This record gives sequence, C-alpha cells and structure tokens, in this order.
Amino acid sequence: MEKYSAFGLLRHALSGHRRWPQVWRSAELKPNYDAVVIGGGGHGLATAYYLAKEHGITNVAVLEKGWLGGGNTGRNTAVSRSNYFYPESTRFFEHSLKRFETMGRDLNYNIMFTQGGVLSLAFSRHEMEIFRRWATAIQVQGVDCRVMGREEVSEAVPLLNMSPHARYRVYGGFMQQRGGISRHDAVAWAYARAASSLGVDIIQNCEVTGLNISDGAVRGVQTTLGTIRTSKLAMAVAGHSSVVAGMAGIKLPIVSQCLQAMVSEPIKPCFDHVVMSPQVHCYVSQSDRGELVIGGGADTHPSYGQRGNLPTTESVLNAVTEMYPAFSRLKLMRQWGGIVDITPDASPIVSKTPVNGFYISAGWGTGGYKAIPAGGETLAYTMAHDRAHPLVEPFSLARFAQGRLVDESAAAGVAH
Amino acid sequence: MIRIECPWCGLRSESEFTCGGQSHIVRPENPAEVSDEIWAEYLYQRENPRGLHRERWRHTYGCRQWFNVIRDTVTHEILAVYHMTDSAPEVSGGRE
Ligand SMILES: Cc1cc2nc3c(=O)[nH]c(=O)nc-3n(C[C@H](O)[C@H](O)[C@H](O)COP(=O)(O)OP(=O)(O)OC[C@H]3O[C@@H](n4cnc5c(N)ncnc54)[C@H](O)[C@@H]3O)c2cc1C
Ligand SMILES: [Zn+2]
Repeated sequence: MEKYSAFGLLRHALSGHRRWPQVWRSAELKPNYDAVVIGGGGHGLATAYYLAKEHGITNVAVLEKGWLGGGNTGRNTAVSRSNYFYPESTRFFEHSLKRFETMGRDLNYNIMFTQGGVLSLAFSRHEMEIFRRWATAIQVQGVDCRVMGREEVSEAVPLLNMSPHARYRVYGGFMQQRGGISRHDAVAWAYARAASSLGVDIIQNCEVTGLNISDGAVRGVQTTLGTIRTSKLAMAVAGHSSVVAGMAGIKLPIVSQCLQAMVSEPIKPCFDHVVMSPQVHCYVSQSDRGELVIGGGADTHPSYGQRGNLPTTESVLNAVTEMYPAFSRLKLMRQWGGIVDITPDASPIVSKTPVNGFYISAGWGTGGYKAIPAGGETLAYTMAHDRAHPLVEPFSLARFAQGRLVDESAAAGVAH
Repeated sequence: MIRIECPWCGLRSESEFTCGGQSHIVRPENPAEVSDEIWAEYLYQRENPRGLHRERWRHTYGCRQWFNVIRDTVTHEILAVYHMTDSAPEVSGGRE
C-alpha cells in the first residue's frame, strides 16, 4: 500500500497522475475463510479491518452484492455527533466520534471531516425545557454541548427565518461543536484500503443467497459466486437485515423504510453548521462543493424501493423553505433514497445470535454512518471473542425480550 | 406517489393515508402466562419482507377507516385491498 502524503501528491503530479496504484486489491473468492462479513458498506468494511488489525484474523472476506459503499454508506448525509440521551448511547457514539477525529491519520486517508458543529433547534418554550434537560444529560457525561438562546441561534444561522410570525418560531437550541460532516465514500474507501492491505478479500458483485447452518452453528454461506466455508459469519446489510437474518431463521424487530436526501445546486459558503430539530423533520448542511445537503424523516411505510416517495420529499422541502426562505430560489439538483433498518427503540443491534458463530450488526436506521468506526470495532471484537464488546452489551438482540430498550427514539428525536 | 383504492372512497393519493404497518398480528391470549420471548415477538418482531407485504392503512384525511392492503415493498404496487376483518386473499404477481 502506498502511503498518501503531500510529497506523494507532488511526485504523482510530476508524472501527470498516471501512476497512482490501485486503492485495494481485486480479490478472487476462496473456498475457505476464517471469518466472512456480509455487506460491503462502512460497517462491514470496518469490521473486516478491525478483525485483521486488532485480532490478527486476516483470512477474511467481505461479500458485497453490488459495489462497495453503494448502500446507505454512499447515500447518507454524513452527519457525525454524539449528543444522545442515554449513557449507553453516548458512550458508544462518543467513542465513534473520537475515531472520526483521528481516522484521517489512523487510516492514512483524508475523510474531509469538518467539525462545524451540529445545532438542534427548539420551536416552543416546552421544547426549550426538554433541551435543557437533554443538554445537561449530555454534559454530565463529559460530552461538549451548549444551550443557545434565540439571539445566539440567529447569529449562528443568519439565513434562518427569525420572524416572530414564522411557521416555525425559533426559541433557541443547543449545539455540539465537535459534530460535523465528512466525505462518506472516503470512509468506505479508507477502511477498504486498510483492510485489503492487511489481507482481507473484498468481493464485489457477490450476493449472499443462503446460509449453511447445522447443529445450531454456522458452516458457510451460499453466494452467486459459489459456496464458501466459514465458522464465523457476520451480517452488516442495513436495509436488508431482515432478509439475511431470515436465511438463518431469525426474525428481527426491524422494519425497513426508505430515507431520502437531496442536494441543491452549489452556491457560495453560507451555512456553517448542520442544523436540525427533533420536531420538524428537515435538516440542512452545506457540503464542501457548495451544495445544500437536505434530509428529513423516513418515508412512512415499509419499503425496499431505493428511491423515496414524493409526499415525503414535499414535506421536507416545505419545512426547508419555511425555515430558510432564501433557499426557495435554489434549484434542486438530485434526490435519492436508501433503505434503513429501523428498530422499535431507534438503537442498534450489535449482537451474538441464537446461531453459533453468526453475528449481526443491524438497526443502524437513519443514523449509523457516525457509528461506522465503533460499530466495526465492537462487532470485530464480538466475533473474535464470541462475547459482546462492553460498549455494545446494552445493544444485544436479547434486550427486546428483557424489556431493556434503549429508547433514543423517545429521548433524542431525529437520529441522523 | 402511491395511489390507494380506499374501499369506501375510491382511488386517492398516498398523502391522504397513514400506514399502520404489518397486519394480522395476533395478541397472545393470556399475556400473563406467555414467556417474555413470545411477548417480545408479539410486540416487536416483524415480517418485513422484501416483496409482498400484508399491511394496514387508514384513510386519515378521508373516511378515517382502517383497511388491509397487499403491497409489493420493492415496486410499491398494490395487489389487493380487503377489509380489516377479512383474511388475506391469494394474489398473483409481485415478488415473494
Ligand atoms: C438518506 C440517508 C441519510 C442518512 N444520514 C445519516 C447521517 O447524516 N448520519 C448518520 O450517522 N447516518 C445517516 N444515515 C444512516 C447511515 O447511512 C446508515 O446507518 C449506515 O450507512 C449503515 O451502514 P452499513 O454499512 O450498515 O450499511 P450499507 O452501507 O447500506 O451497507 C450494506 C451493504 O450490504 C449489501 N447487501 C445487502 N444484502 C446483501 C446480500 N444478500 N449479500 C451481499 N451484500 C448484501 C448492500 O448492497 C450494501 O452495500 C443516513 C441514511 C440515509 C439513507
Ligand atoms: Zn376512505
């Protein structure tokens, strides 16, 4: 693997950028692996990387039915933050945010992480009260968070409609300054490159069609490229979690829905933060290219159609133009959708399963991009030790029958 | 935009309706006696198929009635509409 550096960039410039080496090896599928990960999104790739890096398990394959990062990892709005409500969540997501802060150096890949701050808005006095409680919960866990009044919000987001007669009248908000956005493809590519250089085989266009299980233990997987043997198997397939878990006879507490995002035409820098709110389902940031990146709530019915329905597009854009009247003049450039796996408590499942050697990482829903480093790290640990990593003990599949839900959907609202 | 045939009002746009999720979920008869696993299955586990799904919809901004629908979750095509208390009809087409 060639080390990326400013000097390297200069050297390649001299040869007209014609000699850049391949970023990861194109591997051939082998009949036997010590561990197999289904899903070549951020979570699957990070899991393979940590298996090799932390646990010395290098005979690993990542099987991806489409192209690397072509699922939600390449479709999301790239927001990272750790301002959750419950300590279980904060511990996990704060760990992940710290990994984001050093990922560029750790993986020698520029993920363009800009910590411009994530601001949540309150639209009533009562919501402001809940925000103070929420912000306190975050602060006592040692995570940065600042409550802001109406004036301060107005200064931070000059384009926000601050009229007292606005449809969404702003009362204030709170900001996690260390939150921000990064380049989502880069995160997938960085993990792919690092995993590949440690010996992991990344196999694209390889769909898993069945699992071989006998005596309650994993023996292998059937794929469109043939059958492979393995005794450690993980799935990290986001919207398709129920489908793949179903191959192991496991029914999940998950519903798949479409989550949309869209971008405007590029404009000059005018929007410094990610601005969201728990009540109104729309959030906005500005990318390095100048496009406004817009997201909202998920489509309201189960779906595996990766495109998004018009009523949701309309309600999100409605909220955007109410909150930022100036944006009503912009052209919308692109709109797309990804299938997200939503759990009843909006918390993830990183867990062993009733099938020996079969592990799942699912339920990342609308907010699992920010979790990629910690999700991969903890799933790899869980696979290597056949025991949950301490950070994901609260996120077991068994929590539903035990009534130990980590109900962030009620506590923290919008989960992106 | 999905177009849905309300059994009482006729063909209307998706935005008039609310989806109530998987249909035909049966509440265990004796909640106090069933295991935690069975109770959790009733509360939380869902079919979530990639293909034909039997689900409930309500015509929220119309007659406010609930009814059942069989819909393909990939194409969103609706293959059947039937009453709340009916059992699901056989359908052809879609994927399963
Ligand atoms: C529009 C949108 C906006 C979002 N915004 C944010 C955000 O701002 N911040 C945030 O933290 N999160 C966000 N999310 C959520 C985040 O994108 C996901 O939680 C995260 O990317 C999940 O990563 P993953 O690796 O588990 O899944 P994916 O990246 O979807 O990877 C799963 C892979 O599995 C493959 N696969 C499926 N079935 C099979 C099979 N049978 N065999 C082989 N491969 C298979 C798929 O092709 C896919 O590539 C957003 C999601 C969407 C859709
Ligand atoms: Zn009606």
